[in-house]
Amino acid sequence: MSAAVAEAPPETRVNYLNAEYGIKSWLLTTDHKRIALLYLASITVMFFVGGMMAVLMRLHLIDPAGALVHPDTYNKLFTMHGAIMIFFFLLPSIPAVLGNFLVPMMVGAKDLAFPRLNLLSWYIYVVGSCLALYAMVSGGVDTGWTFYTPYSTSYAHSQVMATALGVFINGFSGILTGLNFIVTIHKMRAPGLTWFRMPLFLWAIYATSIIQVLGTPVVAITIFLVGLERLFHVGIFDPAVGGDPILFQHMFWFYSHPAVYIMILPGMGVISEIITCFSRKRIFGYSFVAFSSMAIAVISFLVWGHHMFVTGMSVYAALIFSVLSFLVAIPSAIKVFNWMATLYKGSISYQAPMLYALGFIGLFTMGGLTGLFLASLATDVHLNGTYFIVAHFHYIMVGGAVMAYLGGIHFWWPKITGRMYPDTWARLAAAIIFIGFNLTFYPQFVLGYLGMPRRYATYPAEFQVLNVMSSAGASILGIGYLIPLIYFIWSMRYGPIAPANPWRAKGLEWQTPSPPPTQNFDETPVVTEGAYAYGPPGSAREGAHD
Amino acid sequence: MSVHVVPVRTYVTIFLLLMVFTATTVWVATIDLGPFNTLVALTIAVIKMLLVILFFMHVRSSSALTKTFILAGFFWLLLLMAFTLTDEGSRNLPPPPDGWGSATVAPAAPAKP
Amino acid sequence: MTDAAATHAAEHPPYLAHHFTDIEQQNEAGTLGMWLFLVTEIMFFGGLFAAYAIYRYMYFDGFYKGSHLLDWHYGAANTAVLIGSSLTMALAVRAAQLGQRKALIAFLLLTMLLGIAFLGIKLTFEWSNDYREHLIPGHLFPGMEFDTIKHGPAVQLFFCFYFFMTGLHALHMIVGLGIMAVLVWMAARGRFDAGYFAPVEVSGLYWHFVDIVWIFLFPLLYLIGGTYKQ
Repeated sequence: MSAAVAEAPPETRVNYLNAEYGIKSWLLTTDHKRIALLYLASITVMFFVGGMMAVLMRLHLIDPAGALVHPDTYNKLFTMHGAIMIFFFLLPSIPAVLGNFLVPMMVGAKDLAFPRLNLLSWYIYVVGSCLALYAMVSGGVDTGWTFYTPYSTSYAHSQVMATALGVFINGFSGILTGLNFIVTIHKMRAPGLTWFRMPLFLWAIYATSIIQVLGTPVVAITIFLVGLERLFHVGIFDPAVGGDPILFQHMFWFYSHPAVYIMILPGMGVISEIITCFSRKRIFGYSFVAFSSMAIAVISFLVWGHHMFVTGMSVYAALIFSVLSFLVAIPSAIKVFNWMATLYKGSISYQAPMLYALGFIGLFTMGGLTGLFLASLATDVHLNGTYFIVAHFHYIMVGGAVMAYLGGIHFWWPKITGRMYPDTWARLAAAIIFIGFNLTFYPQFVLGYLGMPRRYATYPAEFQVLNVMSSAGASILGIGYLIPLIYFIWSMRYGPIAPANPWRAKGLEWQTPSPPPTQNFDETPVVTEGAYAYGPPGSAREGAHD
Repeated sequence: MSVHVVPVRTYVTIFLLLMVFTATTVWVATIDLGPFNTLVALTIAVIKMLLVILFFMHVRSSSALTKTFILAGFFWLLLLMAFTLTDEGSRNLPPPPDGWGSATVAPAAPAKP
Repeated sequence: MTDAAATHAAEHPPYLAHHFTDIEQQNEAGTLGMWLFLVTEIMFFGGLFAAYAIYRYMYFDGFYKGSHLLDWHYGAANTAVLIGSSLTMALAVRAAQLGQRKALIAFLLLTMLLGIAFLGIKLTFEWSNDYREHLIPGHLFPGMEFDTIKHGPAVQLFFCFYFFMTGLHALHMIVGLGIMAVLVWMAARGRFDAGYFAPVEVSGLYWHFVDIVWIFLFPLLYLIGGTYKQ
């Protein structure tokens, strides 16, 4: 069927992009694919806003005495960089863009379970983002993205309320998206698509959605309490008035630790899709990878205390959290081993998506391993509050999640837009990003180990060489991120027309034309084989049914 | 979606049971049971909640999936409370500032090894 | 109606959304979706209950005193009102199941009435009283600040939680009343019948959940340490 459809000239074939024109058809759409593009545009804006703050910080840190801004402004920069990147870029990125676009197609449905709720989720995101941007331009907030009390409740004179309100509202966007995905995956799978025939991206999105639904409400109420305390000063979290600041941290991290898994799990799902396609092999240990996603979703809720080891928390509770934090590394490790085993003896090709995926495996592993030093109580006492932590989470979030996001965008770009991007430029950008990233953040591991604290606008002179190295890397990384922005926009107009399945990938989404029609499938597909039914070229398996 | 129609009599019975339990919880509150007052009150509240969930919300005839989701919700809340309490309960809480009255006695500091 | 249109209408009732294959799938999806939303509400209110539990553990004395400054009679009356509204809501869903339009509208209106009664009791008897007796925390109403000298700061913290928890609950009730109003309007327009009443059932779930939150709020806020005299 796809061959017959591909014959029709793309300019005349009706797809979801040209089915309707006009701003109303976009702003009032209930088509999950258009909503995915709305998200793509908005989170890209927030990414570059947050990125600009990072650039300013790295420029400032070239000089030990601070080269650029007043220390109060520096505090605002790192706060807003963190808040914007986490809440308004990373958390929505893969679920809201790739998840929204692909989940209905991967289950063989015409749309998500609740299309209008999906559009509402985007509008909620936009309102939250506007509040955060308003906070930024009207003075900024300087509490750290973690809003630790009592500074945020009682002493900060910055735009805490506006930012907190923006984050609070934005949380509901994630909750509703997660709700939508869970119901879709449970109730709208095509005939023959059993749970264990689903692509692993769906398992990852499902696990992510569970975390979103269970965790986000707690941070919502916590931020609400911070707002209340700022208004009434009754002592909810202020020790001078009888409150317990550590209670705030318990409630905050109850969500914010699982949140980091919301940010990485979908990326892991993307990697499973890319690795299998570009090594032409089934995934090694499908059920282990699927169950490890669920295990991460559950165990992630049991480890939040490891952010609080040096706060004065009880040692007994700290011991429990430490053991559980070691435990949570195991499912992630299982995934890494399985990806490596998938690559082994595969027929590997190195297009841009694969470069991002391979980079992910290496960098995520480094980031994850460094987490073990932080899970261990004795070493965490020294490393907490230093650049070691900064490097650790950037290796996972940037070296991991952002690379997975970019890999996924490259992988599915032909499907989403019907155009190919220039592969040489894409590979070049991937290489520049990889080099820039490592140059930026590897020195930060050393800095942290040597004792340089984080969130400080100045530092001792002996750390300058490593800081300059890091800032140099940041400029390279920045260029690396700008290149895809340029060629993706270029490709939408001038890129070669993409076929339905340019990567010869398996999966229901590749059975539709590029770009797909609004209703995705003219007839509900019937699934007769498992995912990743790849085989050597020319073999019966390639294109054959099990 | 529940297919079978629950008779009016069942709904009214559950309503009367809920009223009885409400009266009970008020009555028990007039008796001094010390720390058990809270336990009894919460137990009665849980029973009332179960009556509403099973009968008014039709969970008795709902799918296993629905029941799993509901159980997961309560279990996760339990996780939040339990893990937080292991810390708050085993720390040496500082004495409350002036005017805050007596707190519950903080547990004794663990003996140094 | 042409043959093709008639077939389309038969296979595709007007209340079946185009992305669903049949009405069972749509109903199951709707119910599951509402239960998931209620799970998020469990965690939302639950976070508040957790913070409340910690501070009650830390400042039992003050919370005890604060609880005795509330009048449990109103709390008990409100509990009865809400349980009654859950009964009428369950009966409304039942009426919808049986296609009884008039009974459905009657029970929905009765539910709304009881909900308004709940809010009325709260506002006229409880909260306005608290305002007059200087029990509203913080400096929200200048001149009517909380009397920390007389009651102590722990009591103020209790009242902070009292107003926040019952206030959030009341907010959910107001939203629920809005939903009921929409349902009454839809039922009056004949949009529901025995084959399609999912919005009523799903809204009923929401209403019962709001009732359950109050079932816990009442003993935890009004009955701390008993209602017996010191």
